[in-house]
Amino acid sequence: MAFSLTEYAKGNVLAVQEYSILSWRALANLFSQPRYLGDILQQMDVIGVGSLPIVVLTGFFTGAVLALQSANSLARFGALSFTGQLVSMSMVRELGPVLTSLMVAGRNASGMASELGSMQVTEQIDAMRALGTDPSRKLVTPRLTATMFMLFFLTILSDLVGLAGGSVIALLLLRLDLNQYWTSAWQTLRYSDIFMGLLKPVLFGYIIATVGCFYGMSAKGGTQGVGRATTQAVVAASVLILAVDLFVTRLLMVVLGPL
Amino acid sequence: MSEASHNGTSKAVVFEDVSLSFDEQVILDGLSFELETGATKVLLGVAGSGKTTILKLTLGLLRPDSGRIFVLDQEVTAMRETELFQLRNRIGMVFQESALFDSLSVEDNVAFRLSEEKVSEAEIHRRVLEALRFVELEHTLKLFPSELSGGMKRRVAIARAMITNPEVLLYDSPTAGLDPVTSTTIVELLVKQRDVYKTSALLVTHRLQDAFTMATHYFNKDKNKMVEVPRGWDWDSKTSFLVLKDGKKFFEGDAGEIANSNNTYIRDYLTL
Repeated sequence: MAFSLTEYAKGNVLAVQEYSILSWRALANLFSQPRYLGDILQQMDVIGVGSLPIVVLTGFFTGAVLALQSANSLARFGALSFTGQLVSMSMVRELGPVLTSLMVAGRNASGMASELGSMQVTEQIDAMRALGTDPSRKLVTPRLTATMFMLFFLTILSDLVGLAGGSVIALLLLRLDLNQYWTSAWQTLRYSDIFMGLLKPVLFGYIIATVGCFYGMSAKGGTQGVGRATTQAVVAASVLILAVDLFVTRLLMVVLGPL
Repeated sequence: MSEASHNGTSKAVVFEDVSLSFDEQVILDGLSFELETGATKVLLGVAGSGKTTILKLTLGLLRPDSGRIFVLDQEVTAMRETELFQLRNRIGMVFQESALFDSLSVEDNVAFRLSEEKVSEAEIHRRVLEALRFVELEHTLKLFPSELSGGMKRRVAIARAMITNPEVLLYDSPTAGLDPVTSTTIVELLVKQRDVYKTSALLVTHRLQDAFTMATHYFNKDKNKMVEVPRGWDWDSKTSFLVLKDGKKFFEGDAGEIANSNNTYIRDYLTL
């Protein structure tokens, strides 16, 4: 038992070490040649444009249900007119970045893990190394760059669509004035809110790409291994996003000052 | 890092007392051998005897636990991964399962190295066609690996490995699981590469007849095909054999020596 526990701990420490090396090198590759611009653009299309429908839908329904729920609570205090503010603050600071990242993690961390995992188990990664090309430059860095860049813009879009979803509920069900909704939503936001809301997707993008690529590159044991890598990538990326979110939120609150 | 003239003569690959274990299992145990420039060494041994591992060690895809490996006068075992990419550009490898990039067409697979080197499009196309003509597959240019048969995949993998005229070629069971006709076609390609381009090569194979064909045939440029060496010809095939057993070198010698060996293990192996 002691032996297997030691082995288990060793395995985990090794995995953390390998993950750290992979994620560091993927970032460091950006600052030296060769860079694969074509691959970056292709990944931007896959990750950014490909995720548009789910991000728009998620954002819209989240904003809408947020308006519905908060209106219910606010009405008890006679503060229904604050609906716009609440939706705006929640979407921009928290739900926009987190839900967008979770959706992209589900869609793309799994995609990366299964694609790179399949390449790993069919020796295509070894073949690439044998052909003198660094897989970390050719495969990981483009995915990392594309995810960080596109998640930033997807989050902006999600925030906006979320506010629009809230406004539809405000107008149709709560009978609020649209002008008032949008004005209060807009005016309540400070630069610190925007900063927090747009720093998070960049960090989460880093997590999604590095975790997805790490599980893919370390896949072992045929098709079953690829399946396992895919599942683990989504689970690990999602949990990491939520955990990092808590710490980053607290850190930024301290750094940027209280509301 | 590099030793310009290892042991005085020109060697393509040198293994010095190389050992490697995976977990508790010993794969290689103090293996030493040399491959001279322009020669072909056939690696034989039962499955799991570490033949593929030798090829991966040569490329630096794996690292030994101990011992030193020199390839083209550079010490692979002392180089970092980032330094190895330069050296790997001078080596070609044909993987057992071909390992073609399945999301790229045959043309893009074969062109992979040249595209990485930023060669012009026209030049790439010309050289890809030339390489595919060498393996007689120029009609498959636009096809994807999934549309090719096993033998065609191997030939594309050979074309991909040799497009930049590497100085060393590593073949991992290029004829495994293929019908005799396709196997002969591939062996002919290997002989052509050896005799026309004088490329040094390590060949892993289970098919002894292929290994003996390589040792007893030469490539006749006039007839553009492989021809058996006539009896009495003083001709050096530059092809030697290395038999592995329990991670160690069990036998090393040329075709005549292995065929006439009295060792029971070798005899059993040859008659299997």
